[in-house]
Amino acid sequence: MELIWEGIVEAARLWARGDREVIEITLRTLAISGAATGLALIVGIPLGALLALRRFRGRGFLVAAVNTGMGMPPVAIGLLVALLLWRTGPFGSLGLIYTPTAMVIAQLALALPMVVGFSLASIQALDPRLLGQIWALGANRLQMLWLLGRETRLGLMAAVMAGFGAAISEVGASMQVGGNLAGETRVLTTATVLETSKGNFELAIALAVVLVVLAYIVNLILTAVQQRPG
Amino acid sequence: MSAADRSDGAAGAHVQVRDLAVARGGQPVLEIERLELPAQAVTAVIGPNGSGKSTLVGTLQLLLRPQRGELLLGGEPMGADAVGTRRRMAAAFQQPLLLSMSVRSNVELPLRLRGLGRRERRERAERWLERFGVGHLGGRHARQLSGGEAQRVSLARAFAAGPELLLLDEPFAGLDAPTRAELIDDFAAILSETRPTTMLVTHDRDEALRLGDYAALLMEGRVRQWGTAREVFDRPVDAEAAVFVGMENVWPAELAETTAGGAVYRAGEMLAEWVGEQVDGGAPPAAGLVCVRPEQIRLGRPGAASGRNCVEGIVREARPAGAVVRVRLEAEPTVAVDVSRGAWEELGLAVGDCAAAWWRAAAVHVIADRGGGARTGG
Repeated sequence: MELIWEGIVEAARLWARGDREVIEITLRTLAISGAATGLALIVGIPLGALLALRRFRGRGFLVAAVNTGMGMPPVAIGLLVALLLWRTGPFGSLGLIYTPTAMVIAQLALALPMVVGFSLASIQALDPRLLGQIWALGANRLQMLWLLGRETRLGLMAAVMAGFGAAISEVGASMQVGGNLAGETRVLTTATVLETSKGNFELAIALAVVLVVLAYIVNLILTAVQQRPG
Repeated sequence: MSAADRSDGAAGAHVQVRDLAVARGGQPVLEIERLELPAQAVTAVIGPNGSGKSTLVGTLQLLLRPQRGELLLGGEPMGADAVGTRRRMAAAFQQPLLLSMSVRSNVELPLRLRGLGRRERRERAERWLERFGVGHLGGRHARQLSGGEAQRVSLARAFAAGPELLLLDEPFAGLDAPTRAELIDDFAAILSETRPTTMLVTHDRDEALRLGDYAALLMEGRVRQWGTAREVFDRPVDAEAAVFVGMENVWPAELAETTAGGAVYRAGEMLAEWVGEQVDGGAPPAAGLVCVRPEQIRLGRPGAASGRNCVEGIVREARPAGAVVRVRLEAEPTVAVDVSRGAWEELGLAVGDCAAAWWRAAAVHVIADRGGGARTGG
């Protein structure tokens, strides 16, 4: 208990004195997970809408794949992305392994099924007659997407939160494709694991506290947007 | 289809449906050879559940893809530009289907989707909300409305779009009786001023007669009858149509004699005089169904009437049904009569009493029996 308390105090101290490394790691964490979540939203929401609104051959398999992806162990995703990006892998020539881009790709692979799954569920929960009414009001495809987004705001914001949560909290994939290189690919989760393995429990707890506070602040903002009256 | 044959053809028709076939889940649900919605008039589409009424609405909204057929709006084929075509229409359904935003934003929405400026949108939304008596609710969230208020907003939204074609699918069905009556009154007044070409799907006969200039009876996905609302309700083409439009008295009958103005039919012990026009200019049918609406029959004490178009029997049932009392008179044949509550009390009759029922020859409609087929007369 004492150790945890000391960790919290250490976290406060790190921030109070503006520890350059912690700030840098925090900003990198935000940038990588933010980029992964943003990309997951751009790809995932239209994909979720497509799966919710269209009936086509193989749709069931795709939905099952999305649902499986939502519970996929990050370490398996990390291994797969690493195999693809390793110098000897099919995309090795791109030289992405152990870069922040590789981490974005791995986190995107984790967040995407979350975003697709939540979008699919929230759009499918809409009254199908409302969709008919939106078309009847004279909406084109883009306007339809906009109005669908408005009507499923609660579910879509849940998708954003789930996607961001999946991205920022994972460690296995980031470690495998990022390598936890100081000043380059070290993020809050991988730094926490490193400090724990070195026995620097106070610092590890301090980093974990920063991670939790960061996740809370982001979710606080997202929740405020989600709960705003229509 | 006699009523269809009597229609005026394409002239004045704002919407034309030709050779339409629509299937859902592999099953054919709609097969319409020909249907027209006259311009600036209300066509009530009536029919039992599952007859394809809502499928017709969905097809006209271009939400359902027909297997074949031609749809014309103002003479132009629908479907080439689905969004453009839909922007010439508006629809309201049994559920108000308002979006999760303010009442005013809901009414402005179709105008916003059409790219109208904020000021014009606001002005039109306010005007139509006022017109439907819900101007004071503009700032309220759509989820905070009662059922009646929400339906008024839904109709205001439809009218605000300024549609050429208004599609209404049971818009009054989910409301309680007083709210419904009040809204129908307001709606009828607005409709008579604006006169958009309107298709009103309803299962309510009173609503169809009150609001419809024309009527189309859909049964099993086909247009069984189509013509003016009066024609469809007073001169059904077959027994099934007769029962659906409220002809409670449908008696199998045989021709007893031909008269100068029509014919006399015998149904049981009763002689029914018919003064209707002859279909196809032919002779009165030798056998058929004699139909009389219950509200067109009068009830009295025995001996109050004699001769043709009257019958005497025993009152077996007297059941209040809205503003009237539905009386079942056991006679040969059995007769259903609707009398006002006041008239029923005045008569002082009770179940088990003997009574007489009679009607005018003009109230008689005869459906010819042609070995399963039917044609209209009357």
